[in-house]
Amino acid sequence: MKINKDKCVGCANCVPVCSVGAIFIDDDGLAEINRENCVECHNCHRSLSPEHLPPGPTRLIRKILKSVSLRFQPDPDVCPTDAFIPEDLEWPRIVRRAFSDPMVTHESTGVHGRGTEEVKTNDVSGRIKHGEVGVVVEFGRPGIGTYFRDVETVTTALAKEKITFEAGNPVTQLMTDIATGHIRKDLLDEKVLSCIVEVTVKLEDTASTLAALKEICTTAKTVISIGASTVCAEDGSDPLKDILRAEGFAIGWAKVNLGLGRVSNRSAAAAEA
Amino acid sequence: MTNTLHRYGTEDTQRNDFIVFAMAGKGFNDEGSLDKAKAFLRAAIKYEPINMGNALVNSLYRPEKDLSFIKLYFTGRKEKTTYEELIDEIPAAGSAAVVFDHPERVKNFIADVKALDLGLSVNVSALVDNVRDICGEVEITPHAVEYTLGFHGDTDRLPDRDTMSISTMCGHGMVSAHFAKKMIDRVKEGRIDPEDAACCMAKFCVCGVFNISRAMKILNTAARGE
Repeated sequence: MKINKDKCVGCANCVPVCSVGAIFIDDDGLAEINRENCVECHNCHRSLSPEHLPPGPTRLIRKILKSVSLRFQPDPDVCPTDAFIPEDLEWPRIVRRAFSDPMVTHESTGVHGRGTEEVKTNDVSGRIKHGEVGVVVEFGRPGIGTYFRDVETVTTALAKEKITFEAGNPVTQLMTDIATGHIRKDLLDEKVLSCIVEVTVKLEDTASTLAALKEICTTAKTVISIGASTVCAEDGSDPLKDILRAEGFAIGWAKVNLGLGRVSNRSAAAAEA
Repeated sequence: MTNTLHRYGTEDTQRNDFIVFAMAGKGFNDEGSLDKAKAFLRAAIKYEPINMGNALVNSLYRPEKDLSFIKLYFTGRKEKTTYEELIDEIPAAGSAAVVFDHPERVKNFIADVKALDLGLSVNVSALVDNVRDICGEVEITPHAVEYTLGFHGDTDRLPDRDTMSISTMCGHGMVSAHFAKKMIDRVKEGRIDPEDAACCMAKFCVCGVFNISRAMKILNTAARGE
């Protein structure tokens, strides 16, 4: 993402809107983007409403108002002059957008956002089976961002535990070695708003894996959100809750798959039959 | 839709926060899923969800790309679209999400969705005990459950509770903590009312899972310095 300096009037509305705080007002009084920190989420370009004011007169009005200690203050979600210019991104920078812009669909999984289905479609995919626990480890969330080199630090440590990386996951697909958790070298210096690593563990290994994960997280250079999922028993109960409580996790907010999904694609239904 | 898993905040503000979403599994039930997703969203209309979206067309609350000086200061802005307009605009299947602020409406909606038998995977993000109560009332046995286990790592970098409670309502991080803080401060200063601030932030959450009612409650509480 770039800012057209010929258009920007330096109102600073875009500064707080940036998902990672990469926009600032430069010495010239106009907005600038810290390219290293920008994760190409396109939030500034997409979500600010452009007012299409002429830049020259707008700057003049701002100057006049400032001279009498008044302030030109547009609505907080407005870019007065439509000053953002989306770039055509190339590899490897394009990976930033793939992981950070929720309106982009991941090519590897066909899912938008961070590209994962997890247990959301487990009633048709059967990804997590009885006796298994899916653990989602999300780097950079909320609102901090992460470099893949910091993700790799955790994935290589996690790989030593009794886990299996989910094959249909965008980060797994960036790994050069799924057994060691190493990620492509050309991506290690790329920063994304967040990315999700999914692993599967056996129910009996859940406590030790989560304990190890918590320990690994203590040296992480970003924030990490963790989630754990399991398939419910026939009576709707789940064996995971007690394990989590015993490990000191508070049980409150959750996502529940109601089990209303049904395999309906012809090819998938035929394979199932 | 992991973007609804890690909603931070007190139980008091989470109690009336329900996100119900439908999605198809790639390769399993995605053929013809666009019409089913639209049927899912249409079924929600009579229960007046407070937000709705599918990430491909923005939510009910959305930026205006044709904004002008005249619109802004004279004729007024159009900051919210209608349910039907949003549903008609959806170009392709993705996740379809609706947000409610009352458990009774969620219960009735889920009962309708069950009767519709769309064959899509339907998930509810909320306080787990509340979801289980609803499941019991509509006679659904949950298939799977995913718990949030909180934030770990370098948590010193996280902002305060009220800011987090608002910004994590967009799990994709599009309502930035800086912006949420700015809106809290503006409400405290009396420069914007809580409803306008909540609706303004909702425009940034493209999936439509931002709960305006909950945001207003948090803003009102913060405004009183509580």
